[in-house]
Amino acid sequence: MLADLTLAVTWAGLTCYALFAGADFGAGFWDLLAGRDKRGLPQRRFIEHSIGPVWEANHVWLIFVLVLLWAGFSPVFAAVLSTLYIPLTLAALGIIARGAAFAFRKASVELWQQRLFGACFALSSVLTPFFLGTVAGGVASGRVPAGIAAGDTVTSWANPTSFLGGVLAVLACAHLAAVYLCQDAARGGDAALAAQFRRRAVLSGLASGVVALAGIAILHEDATVLFHGLTHRALPLVVVSAVAGVVGLVLLVRDHFVWARAVAALAVAAILWSWGGAQYPNMLVPSTTVGDAASTDAVLAACLISLAVGFLLLVPSLWLLYATFQREQPAPADAGTDGAR
Amino acid sequence: MSQPASLLAAALLPPYAASGAVTPGDLSAARAQMGFSLAWHIVVACLGVGLPLLTLAAEWYGIRTGNPAHRLLARRWARAMGVLFAVGAVSGTILSFEMGLLWPGLMGKFGQVIGLPFALEGIAFFIEAIFLGIYLYAWDRLPPRMHLLTGVPIVVAGILSAFFVVCANAWMNQPRGYTLRGGRVVHVDPWAAMLNPASPPQSVHMVLAALMVASFLTASVYAVALLRGRRDTYHRTGFFIPFVLGAVVTPFQLVAGDWAARFLADFRPTKLAAIEGVFHTHSHVPLTVLGFADGDRLRYGLEIPDGLSLLVGYRPSTVIKGLDRVPREDWPTVTSVHLSFDVMVGLGCFLLLMGVWLLLAWWWGRRTGTAPLAVRGTRLFLLLAAVTGPAAVVALECGWCVTEFGRQPWVVWGVMRVRDAVNPAPGLMTGLWLVLFVYAAMTTAAVYVLRRMTRDTPVPVAPQESDVEGYPVA
Repeated sequence: MLADLTLAVTWAGLTCYALFAGADFGAGFWDLLAGRDKRGLPQRRFIEHSIGPVWEANHVWLIFVLVLLWAGFSPVFAAVLSTLYIPLTLAALGIIARGAAFAFRKASVELWQQRLFGACFALSSVLTPFFLGTVAGGVASGRVPAGIAAGDTVTSWANPTSFLGGVLAVLACAHLAAVYLCQDAARGGDAALAAQFRRRAVLSGLASGVVALAGIAILHEDATVLFHGLTHRALPLVVVSAVAGVVGLVLLVRDHFVWARAVAALAVAAILWSWGGAQYPNMLVPSTTVGDAASTDAVLAACLISLAVGFLLLVPSLWLLYATFQREQPAPADAGTDGAR
Repeated sequence: MSQPASLLAAALLPPYAASGAVTPGDLSAARAQMGFSLAWHIVVACLGVGLPLLTLAAEWYGIRTGNPAHRLLARRWARAMGVLFAVGAVSGTILSFEMGLLWPGLMGKFGQVIGLPFALEGIAFFIEAIFLGIYLYAWDRLPPRMHLLTGVPIVVAGILSAFFVVCANAWMNQPRGYTLRGGRVVHVDPWAAMLNPASPPQSVHMVLAALMVASFLTASVYAVALLRGRRDTYHRTGFFIPFVLGAVVTPFQLVAGDWAARFLADFRPTKLAAIEGVFHTHSHVPLTVLGFADGDRLRYGLEIPDGLSLLVGYRPSTVIKGLDRVPREDWPTVTSVHLSFDVMVGLGCFLLLMGVWLLLAWWWGRRTGTAPLAVRGTRLFLLLAAVTGPAAVVALECGWCVTEFGRQPWVVWGVMRVRDAVNPAPGLMTGLWLVLFVYAAMTTAAVYVLRRMTRDTPVPVAPQESDVEGYPVA
């Protein structure tokens, strides 16, 4: 019972990371594609304003997930991190490069520095979600057995399902970012920018859909247990994700940006929860269940209670953060507030 | 054994027979990677704990005096704080990855035992990040006093984060709050594990160290500027606020350090023995300053007769437990622990004397009616003050080396050896090179950006702040 609750909270944290920090990574993706210095400058400025105040808070969700995983399910944490240490090391380095380069770019004034840090920021924004996606694929396709470094350190992440996970993660992040940025641009009164990001949101949304459809075939061949779960128990969630994806595109085309934002988030969240639903109660396919891996009740209870108390402090603080930047003077920093909401 | 050879041997602990692929090289690579990224993070983390306090002090002072120079100071520190926090957030995340990537043996078995302090740290860090966002970006959107208030949670949460993280490290020194049955953890009392006996002395020592490092490093920057003749309000205040804080904290740190050492005498005699190079259990133990371990004794050190016995038990006849109480394979490398400790204490004393000097100068200034820093010897004082920052950082790293090297060969003292915790997967050496490369690049960039920031980067200032006492702000 406590174990399931902890897992649910962990998964909720993962969802928050995907929806908030994922969009920050996606913003880096669009930064990469924004074009040469002059042409790309307004977009880069806008992206910087959007994610500047919030990306650090969004990043903390990752720490939240890691810590809950190791406190609540230590053997799973050890198995996943030891077997998949290559993509995870690369993702970790990507996280360093992204965060540091973003902060440095903001603080530097010369063009060559901004270019260098900007390139670092944008590239690592693409590579990090890709490698995190390959990790998800490795776990989901049952390539991480229980035990320390018990799986193959290469094929556990260099395989069809991992590749699908990586590509899907990059596209989903890009889509989320574009949808969120549409709304930010529209609220900032910049119609041209909003139209630009609307086009990108639609394109990335379509691309995600195509990859997801192709993914059905890949999973059928490569991850039979996951495929079975997705087509049976988790089917409703898969349908929700697909429907939300289509509805989101329609809303975008019709300029209903606020709703598009919520629906896009729903589509991505449903993918994560359908994976979780398909695999439950296995944490490591095929045989390590939640019950096997869970810590003692005393630990789970202490962590959950601490988190509950913590959230009593966090919720008003987060509200204050987003609210402070909602009340706006009409400055370009306007977009500031909830770029990652 | 000679010094380099024994250090090398320490790095190349023999591989654990049961863990298949791990080679001695991979084990030392894992240790080096963890040590390197921690040594890097600890400096940034200390600045993350101390700099907000300094910034708030400057801002509060600015509001009180209405002097734009003070407000400008607060703004510049806040900008540095923003960059450092970002860097600290990511380098801290890497550490939580590395706990699993490099030490899955530790995490798989004991992850749940030390999970609680990390969960609490996560919350504290989250609050820090949120209020930092507000503090940095809402400077012009909130009334000054309100803005000052939004900085308070950053300070509190920063200190709490440090406390929680050190609790986890303290647990590795004093493992408590769990029961093992058949090699599996079966019962856990997470609060007892977190609040183990080593937590209070270690965390107090660490938080004070963080304040000292941030204070003296910041003061160093302005000491250099003062030496270059820029003795206006801006640079003087920039020097005095951090230096005074550092000077006030240092005596408390000496007390806290003494507490931590006494704690070792009671709870971890082996570590104290390694720190002081005591090989044989006996009374009338001298205090040896510096020196290298050679066989079963320290050589080339300065011996103060009965010193250690006096320090620990206030009597020359106090018996000090030596390393001979444990098997030789469980000894830490004495030379590295001992020298780290002596360097830390020596630098701590230097910092204490600098504080005393400032106090005397201030008292002399009051008596003679001259302003502080206008008396003779000021130039020497500033020269020395300029090295207090690097000195504090070296002392910090040495102190951390004492606790980490002093725990070897254990990762969890008396329970699990480092070689049993390491990831047996091949190729850890490659990971080390990658990490070193990325950190080198990040360090270069961080230092470059921060230096530019203190020099000539235009700082966005309100019009009334643009020309304060004739020094350039842009």
